[in-house]
Amino acid sequence: MATEYSRIVKDGLWDNNGVICMLLGMCPTMAMTTSATNGLGMGLATAAVMAASNLLVAIFRNRITQEVRIPVYILIVASMVTLVDLTMNAWMHELYKVLGLFIALIVSNCLPLARLEAFASKEPVMNSLLDGIFMGIGFTIALTAIGAVREIIGQGTLFADAALLLGPAFKFMEMRILPPDTGVLMMILPPGGFLVTGLLVVVKRMIDVRAGKGIQMAGAHSV
Amino acid sequence: MKDGSLKHAVILGVFCLGFGILLALTDLLTASAIVDRAMEDRLNSLAQVIPANLHDNNPVKDALNMKNAEGKEIVVYRALKEGKVTGVAYEVQGSGYGGPIKVMLGLDVEGRILGARVTSHKETPGLGDKIEEKKGDWILRFTGLSLGNPPVDKWRVKKDGGQFDQFAGATITPRGVVGAVRGGMEFYAANKTQMMEVK
Repeated sequence: MATEYSRIVKDGLWDNNGVICMLLGMCPTMAMTTSATNGLGMGLATAAVMAASNLLVAIFRNRITQEVRIPVYILIVASMVTLVDLTMNAWMHELYKVLGLFIALIVSNCLPLARLEAFASKEPVMNSLLDGIFMGIGFTIALTAIGAVREIIGQGTLFADAALLLGPAFKFMEMRILPPDTGVLMMILPPGGFLVTGLLVVVKRMIDVRAGKGIQMAGAHSV
Repeated sequence: MKDGSLKHAVILGVFCLGFGILLALTDLLTASAIVDRAMEDRLNSLAQVIPANLHDNNPVKDALNMKNAEGKEIVVYRALKEGKVTGVAYEVQGSGYGGPIKVMLGLDVEGRILGARVTSHKETPGLGDKIEEKKGDWILRFTGLSLGNPPVDKWRVKKDGGQFDQFAGATITPRGVVGAVRGGMEFYAANKTQMMEVK
């Protein structure tokens, strides 16, 4: 049992990472990673939705028939997104002002849907919850990394406005790496997103090859 | 009818009903808090363009719905002190490089600018976004100006023969903002009497 759990954790964080291995959820990955803080915020919101919807689908997996499963999954993801959107707007308004735009975008992210179909619909509740959480954290790490690289090269800062997202206690995270007005604008614009994501995929595969694991193709490792 | 299709329909229906109820309940619980937050946001953005000592009312409650020359609806927020209008604020729009630029403009009764702030824009990061207050003080230079100061034909960027600086690499953005602010003051001049009426 313990090995199964550690397999799920490793899959989510590295081996089968949603962004740098499966290349899923490219829309938020490209659009929202103009800074490390944005990537972190988008990642955390997605992780919350993935954990909740994986849990729900696993609970109801024996009730949902094959024929209507896709509409039910979409319904569940969309409901969770709306729930998060409304509660954050009402009770975490400062955070909502930063993240509000991204939250609705989670519906169009195919990563949650892919995990429901490939994992939560077949696995027990505990496994599915873990998968949702760690796939979400893996997504968060990838987005934050892409955002950090783009922000450093594009604006010369790291974690700018982190205090808005996480609270004043995190002011120390806001750093200036390069002097002002030295940024390469392209990295903030869409091409930068493609470049950095591509480079990260290369880095991951190089590390895997070095470790003698060979290249794992997207989806080749079925769970 | 295919075997079991009724069953699938019922399952889908039950899920829709269940999650529909869940969302309706969430909406019920959060609706009033969301309205309060939206009001706070409005007041905060108005506080940047109308100084607090000018009014003793809630400018959102004393707002007027008006139409500009093109027939577009404009909500005019009004600052009142002891029952008299002391200032107005409304959102004006100019066209930038990446799309519309919205500017919240506050004016006193003489038509002088109390403050202007860009509320939303899609300009290029690092070039056009210096119109934001947190990225530069460019937008602050409008404060205190009016339609006669400088003269109307100087209400342009320098490149067009006016007196406002453009930025290196971005002319269209400041041109859009200057145009929007000028349009906003012309709107005030044309509708002043209506804005001053207090019921």
